Amino acid sequence: MSVMKRVSLIFRAKADKALDKLEDPRETLDYSYKQQVEMLTRVRRGVADVATSRKRVELQMNSLQKEIGKRDTQARDALGKGREDLARAALQNKGQLQAQYADLETQFAQLQEQEEKLTVASQRLDARVQAFRTRKETIKATYTAAEAQTRINEAFSGISEEMGDIGLAIQRAEDKTAQMQARAGAIDELLASGALEDHVSGGTDYIQAELDKIGAGSDVDSEIARMKGEIASSAPKQLEANANGQGSAASAEAEPSEAAEERAGDGS
Amino acid sequence: MIVRILGEGQFRVGDDAAAKLTTLDRELDAAVHGEDEAAFTAALRAAVQEVRTEGTPVGDDELVPADFILPFSDASLAEVRKLLADGTISDSIGLP
Repeated sequence: MSVMKRVSLIFRAKADKALDKLEDPRETLDYSYKQQVEMLTRVRRGVADVATSRKRVELQMNSLQKEIGKRDTQARDALGKGREDLARAALQNKGQLQAQYADLETQFAQLQEQEEKLTVASQRLDARVQAFRTRKETIKATYTAAEAQTRINEAFSGISEEMGDIGLAIQRAEDKTAQMQARAGAIDELLASGALEDHVSGGTDYIQAELDKIGAGSDVDSEIARMKGEIASSAPKQLEANANGQGSAASAEAEPSEAAEERAGDGS
Repeated sequence: MIVRILGEGQFRVGDDAAAKLTTLDRELDAAVHGEDEAAFTAALRAAVQEVRTEGTPVGDDELVPADFILPFSDASLAEVRKLLADGTISDSIGLP
């Protein structure tokens, strides 16, 4: 038998089984309505949980981004000091962090999509529960028991399917959120323990320590080399500025006069 | 006829779309039996797309069961096999 038909029969069977258990059809309506309201609460909580997970992943992405920036600075710093070995270690670590970032990015997109879908589904269920409530009162007021039974069955099967659908959607969301939370927890721990910095051979703590040592003046030659390089690269600009007359003093004076112009603009 | 896509609600589709869906449904069935994940994903995507583009959403106040139900658009073959095997909509979920 076809897949689509079999899935629909599974849902139908669940509804029929529940209907069989109930004796008074009018009781069915009230009982079912109560279940629906409970389901709505569960769905709203589910949407909130997914949103929380999404925000957590977002925060982690920010932290990783900072770490990535730090490695980049370290690599430049190390190169400037003539320590290509340290620069390589920092960049290697940066690559690993970037891979982790890409993974989080994927998770973030998945959570966002799930959140949107669940939000729409919860709005749909909400509308359908309201429709069921109206239908329930009409059925109770108007029909004889026998007539009511048929109408109840249809409305009940319809709403049951909706509830089964969103129930599965929520269960999937809960499963996915749990998985992601476990992974997110692991990354949080890594970030907190500084292990992210250590898991490359040599580690970035080592990189930083080495860089600090150099910074403290133990490697004068490379410092000199770096400074020479800086002077060489900035020299043409200074010459240009000097050619214009006043060099750096000109830019210092530029700010107050701009501010004065702004004030003048405000007044007119 | 009315088709539900799990997670997306019910849609009313015309005869042309229904015919296409019947073909795709056979492909789905063959993929499930042959455990062909790629064919399964392709058929599921095509069927979901057909319903989304050709179907009209059923009104929220129209409480009727669907004639056919499509799995979640991103469902895996394993997930659908499980659903078909034990009807994994546990009794605790939603159905009173």
